[in-house]
Amino acid sequence: MDKSEPQVKEEKPNAFIRIVKQVGNALLVPLLAVITAMIVGGLVIAGAKGDPFAAYAGLFEGAFGTLRALSETTVWATPYIFAGLAVALAFKGGLFNIGAEGQLALGAVASAWVGYRLPELLGTTIPGAIHLPLTVGAGMLAGAIWGAIPGWLKAKTGAHEVINTIMMNYIALNLVSYLLNGPMKDPDPLNVIARTPLISEGAQIPVIFSKYRFHWGFILALVVAFLVWWLLWKTTLGFEIRTAGSNPDAGKYAGINVSRTIVLTMTLSGMLAGLAGAIEVTALNYRHELGFSQGYGFDAIAIALLGKSHPFGAVVGAILFGAMRNGATRMQFLTQIPVDVISVIQALILLFVAADAIVRFIYRIRAPREQVVLTRGWGK
Amino acid sequence: MEIRRYTFIALIIIVLIGVVVVVGKSEVSPGVIIVSMIATTIAVATPLTLGALTGVFCERAGVVNIGIEGMMLASAFFGWFGAIYMNTILKMGAFPSLIIGVIIAVITGGLLGLLHAVLSVTFKVDQIIGGTVINLLAVGISGFLNRQLFFEKGSIFGGQVPHAPGVLPRLHIPLLGDIPVVGTVFEQQPITIAAILLVIITHYVLFYTRWGLRTRAVGEHPRAADTVGINVYRMRYLNVIIGGLIAGLAGAYFTLESVPSFEPLMTNGRGFIALAAMIFGNWSPFGSWAAALVFGAASALQINLQFFRELIPPQWAFFQSSAVVGMVPYILTMLIMTGIIGKTRAPAADGIPYEK
Repeated sequence: MDKSEPQVKEEKPNAFIRIVKQVGNALLVPLLAVITAMIVGGLVIAGAKGDPFAAYAGLFEGAFGTLRALSETTVWATPYIFAGLAVALAFKGGLFNIGAEGQLALGAVASAWVGYRLPELLGTTIPGAIHLPLTVGAGMLAGAIWGAIPGWLKAKTGAHEVINTIMMNYIALNLVSYLLNGPMKDPDPLNVIARTPLISEGAQIPVIFSKYRFHWGFILALVVAFLVWWLLWKTTLGFEIRTAGSNPDAGKYAGINVSRTIVLTMTLSGMLAGLAGAIEVTALNYRHELGFSQGYGFDAIAIALLGKSHPFGAVVGAILFGAMRNGATRMQFLTQIPVDVISVIQALILLFVAADAIVRFIYRIRAPREQVVLTRGWGK
Repeated sequence: MEIRRYTFIALIIIVLIGVVVVVGKSEVSPGVIIVSMIATTIAVATPLTLGALTGVFCERAGVVNIGIEGMMLASAFFGWFGAIYMNTILKMGAFPSLIIGVIIAVITGGLLGLLHAVLSVTFKVDQIIGGTVINLLAVGISGFLNRQLFFEKGSIFGGQVPHAPGVLPRLHIPLLGDIPVVGTVFEQQPITIAAILLVIITHYVLFYTRWGLRTRAVGEHPRAADTVGINVYRMRYLNVIIGGLIAGLAGAYFTLESVPSFEPLMTNGRGFIALAAMIFGNWSPFGSWAAALVFGAASALQINLQFFRELIPPQWAFFQSSAVVGMVPYILTMLIMTGIIGKTRAPAADGIPYEK
């Protein structure tokens, strides 16, 4: 070996500027995608005889205008963060988890069951220090199982997770509908809704403010986002997940058990989605009600893509989506434009984020060097 | 191999029909139940058959399309809206309104097919994400317009009550339809009959015409196809658009043939089951149709068991819930996707964007 290595002088900008540049580059396209989607969405509103400016003003006021609005935005964002992380984690492992919807719903049902039924079964109240972890854990476990099944099927038989996670969604929705209308229905004689009884006090996460619904779940979501980041970039398992996702063949040669990694990734992903359901039950609603989770799973896909499958990106995306969903009610109240327009705008955001070539084309931005391939074809 | 597959399909359908016969035989004669189950199976398999054909056109040309669900939903809405508009505002009469509705639905599907082609062929977006975009877009647009155009103050019916023109009439097929009892099997509505004809046409086009040969070449080995002068992009564009048109017809089934109304999310995963049917059918039109009939039979089971709900013995009370029986098609799909009845093979270049 040559000892006198040539000293290459590189013009290195300082770390701070480098990070700002990196973050700026990462945020540029999603930001432009959001703006473009808002513009096209405005055209849709105008086309349907609405006033887009009044609509967006109402949207903003409803999302951030008051302290209560801010609190509600975090309430909306909380399940979005968990579910967005679930989808993002799977994306990193090269897997497309469309099943967050079902995993979340089952997680909520399992949590609710342990929350109200376990004390009845034992015939005694359980101290919160034991009951609460059990309740949240049950939700995570249910979600994990619901995610692991498609993962296992993919690893063993090559059956594509896109079809199977969707099928698991419909099975979960039917199952939840059966449970909430049947065995788990709130027996209160005044109740006509498909919902569970209230969970017992020991299983509830205490409220922070009496005036606002802002709850511990939001803080926990931020912590979990950090944990997911740590898992993905600071642990061996995370490295294996990312390698199995970006280049499974290389992973195989490097001695990674790709099948095992697939199952683990889907299990973790399902667990995060299940946690979303568990937190909704233990920190917010104190029960599960039919239909409350509808659409979270699909929004989570958009959130993960918007955040470029990065945990912190998913947090930003989730807060944006939470703000939109929350502000939409105010918008409808002020301008009579149905809240559903938010779904249109969100789909457009996803369109422009996914097809970033379109955004790059409109705004003349150069393409990045590497492109992550998520899924191709139906093969193994 | 193929014989085994079709035998397996026939067996599942027989079992599903058999269940209803066993449950209902004390009230309705088995013959009537069997005929009714077969007729329902063929009818409810229609969107699955058409959806699977959409998949066949797209994927044989090398483009994965998981947006079939969204294409169906959007077409169901716009077709339905068009028919009501013709009927209420332009006073065209029920039948012409329905026909125009079907045309609008088909065009809607074609336009979404064009969008999918732009995304996946020109912009080379990951095709699974492109399909997801279409699905979400369809949910958003149909939900938003459904409320905005009909119910809110922006309603374009201006105070008039929107009036649905009903559903497409059953067609009477001479000779076949005249057979006593069994004849009802052939008394189907036009889109159902069109779906069966399309299966035959697709088979012919795909395997006996130059177009079909080129489509398959583009899906198996685009580089080779390009070398011999086939325009890969053009073939992919056209096939994805054709697929979209067929998905549009499937959408029309929901609101113009099955029921005269639209509900948000009414396609309920049929587009994805159609994809599973296509995979199970080994990317072939007849195989897809046969698989679609399996899922059709599962849905027919759910519909018919509703009539015999009280006859389900108490130890099987679990199955009185329509939610429980409603899981059957989805569980069946997952079982079939495991490949327990033989592996299938996707076109070699399926899902891979072509770089010139």
